[in-house]
Amino acid sequence: MDLFFDRLVVGLEQGAVYGSVALALVLIYRATGLVNFAQGELALFSTFLTWQFWDWGLPIALAIVLSMAISFVGGAVIERVIIRPVGDVEHNALAIVIVTVGLLLALNAVVGWIWGTQGRRFPKIFTANTFDIGNVSISYQAVGILAVLAVEVVLLYILFQRTKLGLAMRSVASNSESSQLVGIRVGRMLMFGWGLAASVGALAGALYASQLAVLDTNIFIQLLVYAFAAATLGGFDSPVGAVVGGLIVGIVTVMAGGYIGWIGEDLKLTAAFALILAVLLIRPQGLFGKVRVSRV
Amino acid sequence: MTAGIVPVSPRGFLHDRKRLAVHVVVTVVVGAVLLWIPQYYPKFRIEGQFNVILTYAIAALGLNLLTGYNGQISVGHGAFFGAGAYTTAILVADHGWPHFATLGVAAVIAFALGVLVGLPALRIKGLYLALVTLALATVFPLVITRFSSVTGGTQGKRVPRFRAPAWTGLADDQWKYYVLLAFAVVSFVLVRNLIKSRVGRALIATRDNETAAEVLGVNLSVYKVVTFGVSAMLAGIAGSLSVFNDPFVNAEKYNLSLSITLLVAVVIGGAATIFGPAFGAFFVVMIPEWLPKKYPQLSPVLFGGSLIVLMILAPGGFLGLVRQVTAWLKHKLRRTPATRPRAGPDEAVAST
Repeated sequence: MDLFFDRLVVGLEQGAVYGSVALALVLIYRATGLVNFAQGELALFSTFLTWQFWDWGLPIALAIVLSMAISFVGGAVIERVIIRPVGDVEHNALAIVIVTVGLLLALNAVVGWIWGTQGRRFPKIFTANTFDIGNVSISYQAVGILAVLAVEVVLLYILFQRTKLGLAMRSVASNSESSQLVGIRVGRMLMFGWGLAASVGALAGALYASQLAVLDTNIFIQLLVYAFAAATLGGFDSPVGAVVGGLIVGIVTVMAGGYIGWIGEDLKLTAAFALILAVLLIRPQGLFGKVRVSRV
Repeated sequence: MTAGIVPVSPRGFLHDRKRLAVHVVVTVVVGAVLLWIPQYYPKFRIEGQFNVILTYAIAALGLNLLTGYNGQISVGHGAFFGAGAYTTAILVADHGWPHFATLGVAAVIAFALGVLVGLPALRIKGLYLALVTLALATVFPLVITRFSSVTGGTQGKRVPRFRAPAWTGLADDQWKYYVLLAFAVVSFVLVRNLIKSRVGRALIATRDNETAAEVLGVNLSVYKVVTFGVSAMLAGIAGSLSVFNDPFVNAEKYNLSLSITLLVAVVIGGAATIFGPAFGAFFVVMIPEWLPKKYPQLSPVLFGGSLIVLMILAPGGFLGLVRQVTAWLKHKLRRTPATRPRAGPDEAVAST
């Protein structure tokens, strides 16, 4: 039973990171209706920035904040320069997929070009110590990551529900034409949404790398698939869903890897894949998503 | 061919005969060049480039059927390609089958896998389907690695070579090329006929407006699932043929990059065009060769970057661009007074 609780804690810890990236996916999906295939590699780039600042001697917390700020600008610029000229998703799904996939390839290659493809040691953000509740030992890292996620969710909630900027963003997501008519600058809002998503991704990337203690160019594509699973499970248009979905995906994959022998550590990603398929077959809108009704 | 698909030329029979003549000339010239390639180029170019182009062309042809004509986006065809490759590799290396005999098995397995993925795809549209297939592409190498006792995993598996029979008098690489070329030509002709048939029109109608297609009597579920199966089958055959050419398989070969490469081949060649995938396959293999070799890290950056630029400037791909340019040229030529035809009713209205 202790083993079960240990695995539960590990699952929550990993799930929190999946939830963070899923949150970034959801932010972009809600603003523009597109699934950003480059989200993982954007986080990869940001995380290497974080590593670079830390390597230059900055404290890790400051390095993360700096990287988040730069990622915000980067995300906004990508929206304006690369995504917007392609046109809307409804009519150009294939073009959007190709552009974000192109961005995925290019970003991955740029990181490999600048920083090389060999792995780097990434610092622990939280202390490696643990404390015990009963027989279960819980790491401060797990608590820290979950706390960061909680704070992130609260801040995003305040932004979207309690500020004028958030109201404008929600308005653009719900009906961009009418928003424009009442004087909201739709383009600005889209850029802001992408910037926000890139920042959230930067934070998630740092947590992920800190968890693994290494950073290289190959690991973020798997993170993207886990985040897909989380966002699909929670419902692509629901931020709360993304976080809950992330935690469930974390727990399910750790449990599947731990208790089902032939899955093991190697096929954990397959469990996430199976989860995506199952959700889409049984409840395509996810746990918290809205059902889309199309009119003919 | 029905009038609905190919409008009868307004300038009548003579024009059609001219068109036919152009088609015959182009076919003969292209055919001659394709047959001549292995006589001219050295072995490493044939095995390393032209044969790879041929296998990619077949796989992209299958993907184009699904993504271009039926509107279901797959970023996971590398997995079907890999399934075909492993079928052939295992049967030839471990069970002593002749190469050709494995093709049918590879085709059936890939078809079955395609139907398996195609079934959930009925409820998943557009970007979600892209997402699921991307996950499939990411998972495939992990599954291969996990079952390494059968597949050889990351260490890989060597397969006995595919040799030219003595009666041909050809070198191995030339024989491989002609075999692949034959399969490619047959596949392209079959798919072309399929697209020009009632089935092809149903596929296109489904892509353009599902509800309308269903009302007109297209059985959506059957068409979508079978298209997925056939598309995967072509990718599987291509994968199987790739082992004819390159007798070594390992898990890393059939990763997400391969899936992306195939999708890119479809799109830069020109989605929903018959020969687009062939041009696309040519470009995805040759562009990295043409890029400067001095900075090997730079070429994927340029590749990804050029994809983005291409999608923004020429979303129709290479053949789309060719069509635009020819249309523009025709327009220009018609404008010049010497060749200006008698004004039709449209122009008369425009000039008033």
